[in-house]
Formats: sequence, structure tokens, C-alpha cells
Amino acid sequence: MTQSANPAPPRADVHHLLGHPSDLRGHVETHGPLNVALSRDSSWRESLASSLEASGLTGRGGGGFPAAAKVALARSAGSGGTVIVNAMEGEPASDKDKLLLTRAPHLVLDGAQYLAALCRADRIVVCVPTGRDAIAAAVTNAIGERVAHGYARASEEVVRPPDRFIAGEESALTNWLESGRSLPVFRADKGTPLRLGRRPVLLHNTETLAHVALIARHGPGPFRSRGMTEEPGTCLVTISGSVAHPGVVEVDRGTPLSSIAARANPVEPVQGLLVGGYGGTWVGPDHFETPYASLSLRTIGAAAGVGVIVALGQTCCGVAESARVARYLADQGAGQCGPCAYGLPAIADDLALLARGQANGNILAQLQRRLRAVNGRGACRHPDGAVSMVQSALVVFAADIAAHSRGEPCPYSRRPTVLAFPRPIGL
Amino acid sequence: MSGLRITIDPVACEAYGYCSEILPEAISLDEWGYPMIDDRPLPAELVALAKRAVRDCPRRAITLRKTRIG
Repeated sequence: MTQSANPAPPRADVHHLLGHPSDLRGHVETHGPLNVALSRDSSWRESLASSLEASGLTGRGGGGFPAAAKVALARSAGSGGTVIVNAMEGEPASDKDKLLLTRAPHLVLDGAQYLAALCRADRIVVCVPTGRDAIAAAVTNAIGERVAHGYARASEEVVRPPDRFIAGEESALTNWLESGRSLPVFRADKGTPLRLGRRPVLLHNTETLAHVALIARHGPGPFRSRGMTEEPGTCLVTISGSVAHPGVVEVDRGTPLSSIAARANPVEPVQGLLVGGYGGTWVGPDHFETPYASLSLRTIGAAAGVGVIVALGQTCCGVAESARVARYLADQGAGQCGPCAYGLPAIADDLALLARGQANGNILAQLQRRLRAVNGRGACRHPDGAVSMVQSALVVFAADIAAHSRGEPCPYSRRPTVLAFPRPIGL
Repeated sequence: MSGLRITIDPVACEAYGYCSEILPEAISLDEWGYPMIDDRPLPAELVALAKRAVRDCPRRAITLRKTRIG
């Protein structure tokens, strides 16, 4: 995948993430030095906290939680903590973290430095999965430049958790850093701050931190001048599927789904958009004009998720593609919670029978019962994502589902997948 | 209403199913034997049984928590 054309050089008064210089010299020429205050300067910290709050920035890693609220929670947990840069990007259809860290690593690291200064944390840890060596090399190289120039205050390092879908879930990542076990942790109250040992942890997605770096330097104004009043800023979206030019684009929050998909040039009429990632939601043509913003997406049962749109053309089988995604998500579970460990494979089996046209009359009812039973019953939200994807497939591809369950699969169900997977997924 | 709700730690739970035998009014089992909690607030007359379910779970996977107001 490639970065879309973004010829304008970065300007301080225009908020955008793509197109920033990749080396430290260019970065400082564009933005000036990292102006974090001394740890005793509480007025600087309060001013940054208000800027973040005024910006209305929300987390770009999937949860969509207000960044300022997450920071406030970490600050309440004390000093001496760690800022975790979540660059795990376990979502197969997402490429934005990779793009940001290879093209503008200093922007991301600066965002982490600002938040470290704000929370009086003394350590920054960038989590890049094993195997994704080009990303790790880019970040390590950037950190080397910063050390050589005495640029940053909090220490910066790259660590390499396992390359699994679930490894980037925030409790799984913290657990891995603490114990080496890359598994989500059950927390009865998700409002409690994350910790490493007794020290507080602030964890943010790569893209969120890049936004923070610009908001901290230029105030909330440029960020708020993009996007919608109730949901400001820009966001990165990876577009793939039945398109001629897959890749990452930066769009204003609130841009209609159809306009975002059009940026990648669909190769044929689109019958459905998978929005928010593989644990996201299929959206049908009736809702293609929906703005890409949390509130609007919620009204159609979808969510912005991790910044992914997959376009499915009309000569593809939505049932077969969804069955592969369901199988992939079932395989990628941590295997800790019964409803997910047994439920997702059972759901994937049902959908595979439908996709092959081998489902008898009871399979669809069984599938719907299982979807209702599994939803919301894991330690993390992995099963909920799978349920949402399958439930939306049953609606958006309803006509196909009906034909498949009569034993008449569509002619496209034997086509090779247009959705990307790290390894082949059979039906 | 008791103002309490039942929470299952799904990581700890290994589907022994004692909870559902003790408290079928509020806990049923899914097709794989894992407990499904009734979303409604726990009636006061079931609190004693719920506490027994907490105590008798071999995996210590059940807790009773105060319902958050608002």
C-alpha cells in the first residue's frame, strides 16, 4: 500500500499528519524544538491539559475515548510512569501506524514526550510487533538521532511484543510488558488506570500521539478547524478491497464514507463497506453517505474503529468474505474466555456452511442465537467485534444469505478473497 | 432490589456450572456450559443464594458488586 499524494508541505496553521519530514533536522525546522517544560512548571502542564481537552481529540486506536480524559486518569495515578506507544496494528487491513512511524516517527515520539511531561512519566516505550522490522528500524533510527542531539527528556525505547491480533489490546500489551504474557486481563472496572507494577501507564495509539504533538505545539485551533464541530480533527483511514489504489488517506472527521472510498478508486460498483476493521461493521449502499464520525456511525450501528474501510465490489461474495473474517477472528482469540474460545469458532463454522451453500434450515437460527449468546462475554472486546461484523453481514448481505441458505450460493463465493489476511484462510 | 449485581471473571471461569445450579433464577448456561448472567438487578431474596454461588465457585470467578448509580 502507498501513501496517497499529499504534496503540500506541513504548515503550522494547518493540521495534517501526512507529509511531515522524516528526519530530526527537517522535523525541527518545520516545528521548532520540543518545548516541554521543566517538571516543576505546573502552569505549563495545566495549559497543555486544557489544550488537549479543548481540541476534542479522541483515541484513534479503536476505542474512541477522549484523549484528555485518558490523560487525566493517568495523571491521577501519580508520577514516574510509562507512556506506551501502541504501534501493534494487529488489524490486517490497517496500515496507518506503519506509515506514520516510517514517514514521521518524530511526530509520534514528540506526542509521547508531551504526554510524558504532562503526566510526569519518565519512560516511553514504543511497541512494534516482532517481524515488522522496517518499522522498528525506522523508530530505532529516529530515537538514535534524538539521543545524539540530546533532544528528548523521557527515555525512549522500542520493544517487540508478539505479532498477534490480540497483542495490541491495551491490557494484553501492559500484561506482556509486565509478565511476558501477551493476554488480555479481566478488569471488572475498566475505569481504573492501567499500571506496570505500581507505576501508572498511559497508553495511546500511534496516530493519537501524532495529533497530540501538533496540538501541543500549535494549540487546539488548527486541529479544531478540521472535521466537525462535535468531532473535530482529521483521521487516517486505510482503504483496501475492490479498489485500484489501496492505501492510507487523511480525511476530515465527518467525511462521507463514499467520498473516502472514492479516494482509492473502486474498480466496480460497491455492495458493502467494512468500516472500522475486521471487528467492525458492514455498511450497505443505503448508508454510504454516512459521515465518518462516531455519532453518525453509531446511528447506523457502526463505529469509526481503527480507521479502516474495506470496499467489497459487486462481483464478490459478502457471505464468503465474512466467513473468512469470522474464521480469522476466531483463530486470533487469546483462548482464555470460554464464550470466545468456543463461541467464535462455532460462529465461523455456521457462516462457512452458509458460504458453501451447505447450511440446512436451522443453521441461520443457530448462528443468530450464538451471536446473541457470545456478545459482551469476554475479558476484552474481541468477541464483540466478531459478533458485530457477522451481525452486520447478515443484514447487508441479507439477499445473498437467503440464497445461500436455500443451498444456492452465489457464483462469486468461490472467488479468491479480496480481503487481506496475513495467511490464507479457507472456507 | 438488592442493589447488587453478579460479575463473572471470564478468564477464571472454567465452566464448572455450580453457579447455575445454585442460582438458576439469575444464571443460565450457554451451549458450552459457561454462565450467562441475567442483566436485571438481583432481587433481594436471591442475595443469600448469590453469596453461596460466589463461595462455592471452584475458580473464584464470581463476585457480587454494588450496582453503579447513574
